[in-house]
Amino acid sequence: MGLLTPDLGYFFWIFVAFVVVFLVLKKFAWKPIIKSLNEREQNIAGAIASAEKVKAEMAQLQSENESLLAKAREERAQLLKEARETKDKIVNEAKEQAKAEASKIIADAQQAINAQKMAALTDVKNEVGKMVIEVSEKVLKQQLAGADKQEAYINSLVNSIKLN
Amino acid sequence: MLPAAKNFKYPPANSLFYLFQPYLCRKFQSSMGFKWFKSFMVAALSLFLVSSAQSVFAQHEEPAEGSATEEKFNPGEAILHHIADSHEFHFFSLKHDDGTQTHGALPLPVILYSPQRGFSAFMSSNFHHGRDAYNGYKLEHDKIVAVDASGNVDESVKVYDFSMTKNVVQMLIALIVLVWLMISMAKKYKTGQGVTSAPRGLQNAIEPVITFVRDDIAKPNLGPKYQKFLPYLLTIFFFILINAILGMFPGSANVTGNIAFTAVLGLIAFIVIIFNTNGHYWQHIFWFPGVPLPVKILMIPVELMGVFTKPFALIVRLFANMTAGHIVILSFISLIFIFSEMSKVAGVAFTPVSIAFAVFIYLIEILVAFIQAYIFANLTAIFIGEAIGDHHFEEDVQPHH
Repeated sequence: MGLLTPDLGYFFWIFVAFVVVFLVLKKFAWKPIIKSLNEREQNIAGAIASAEKVKAEMAQLQSENESLLAKAREERAQLLKEARETKDKIVNEAKEQAKAEASKIIADAQQAINAQKMAALTDVKNEVGKMVIEVSEKVLKQQLAGADKQEAYINSLVNSIKLN
Repeated sequence: MLPAAKNFKYPPANSLFYLFQPYLCRKFQSSMGFKWFKSFMVAALSLFLVSSAQSVFAQHEEPAEGSATEEKFNPGEAILHHIADSHEFHFFSLKHDDGTQTHGALPLPVILYSPQRGFSAFMSSNFHHGRDAYNGYKLEHDKIVAVDASGNVDESVKVYDFSMTKNVVQMLIALIVLVWLMISMAKKYKTGQGVTSAPRGLQNAIEPVITFVRDDIAKPNLGPKYQKFLPYLLTIFFFILINAILGMFPGSANVTGNIAFTAVLGLIAFIVIIFNTNGHYWQHIFWFPGVPLPVKILMIPVELMGVFTKPFALIVRLFANMTAGHIVILSFISLIFIFSEMSKVAGVAFTPVSIAFAVFIYLIEILVAFIQAYIFANLTAIFIGEAIGDHHFEEDVQPHH
């Protein structure tokens, strides 16, 4: 069968051609191509990895931001609360102080009024006493203006004293 | 013969008719490359045959030069002629009114070495398609034999034929195309296209094939050592593929469906496998693990034979697959001529059927070109993987004693 017996010449040429093509392609085609493909795959893998990393970083940043924001919000609330408290305290204090001051002023005023009243009263009393004395003096002067009248009065006084 | 045929007037010799006519006549086997023929069939023949069937049969009445003994169409001979190698690219033969033939053929260089006569090189056109002897050699059934001065075959002179035959020339063209293609690809990659940017143009077509060979043939079968064998597997894959694809062109040679072609690839695979075997592989052959002693002894010849049957299977599988496709297509085409010999109507009626089947097989052949390249590379990778591997699977089944 001619079909099943390999021709020497063809066999030889194929062998030579295959070996040459293999060596040429290995050096000039497969190596650079495979190297490039690997490089690109690594590039892509690296790019994906770095993208993931950036994404993670972004997420972290965002969560950090959020926590910062929450913290700030909390702080603000705290500050507001404190401010309100302080205000209340100040207002209260002021009120207290005002009240105390007012009561003190009132007390002082009352005291002063009392003192003045007392002084006035004393003055009035002194005036009245003086006037009473003067009046009494005048009355006495008039009633005891004769010797008989003095006598009569001494007698009445003596009569009123009962010797036991 | 029909009366109409007898009255048929031949068109002028330079008309298209004469271009088609040889395909229709019984001298089919001496005409062009079968694929050119096939595509021609698809394009024009069915119509032409119907319109000019008369002329076909009229032509049959004309005894072609020296064809008295080959009057009957012999499909087996015709098919074997078309899948065989040749010393020239034969495209067509023109038959003239006077019975002489003009061959449309491309002569190829003949390179011979004979221990008695030394080297000689000349063009195959000197043989005049087998009619003449030249330089002491003659073409006998596409084989070159030495002849003596009187033109008789000289058996005493041994001839080694290193000619650039049809197959060799086409293979070289295919390889030049392959090398040019791959190196231009590599250059593109070197400039950064496809590395830092997206691949473009041809890269998109060839790159997936390369990554397929790497990821689906080399890596699963060879494991971590795949890098070492990847260039070899890629070369095998593309070597078979480009030759099979170029062999699909009409008029081209049957490069891959030749036992010499597959034998070389098998031999190289065998060399690669043997040179990469490890101790485990040989231990596995001479002392099969995990079986009783008598079986171990029994396994030695079986396994030893396996060393050789593996590359042999590669050789036969590729050869049979590529040749079978060509034979099937040619058989369908031959059916037209067989039916035509029976009756004109049968021949005409069967032509579309035959062409449809031939086209179908042709399309399958395109698929087969890829599949065979894949299978050859994959099996080679499996065999290398067995040679370099650790054979863990046996240990898993039955632990070592």
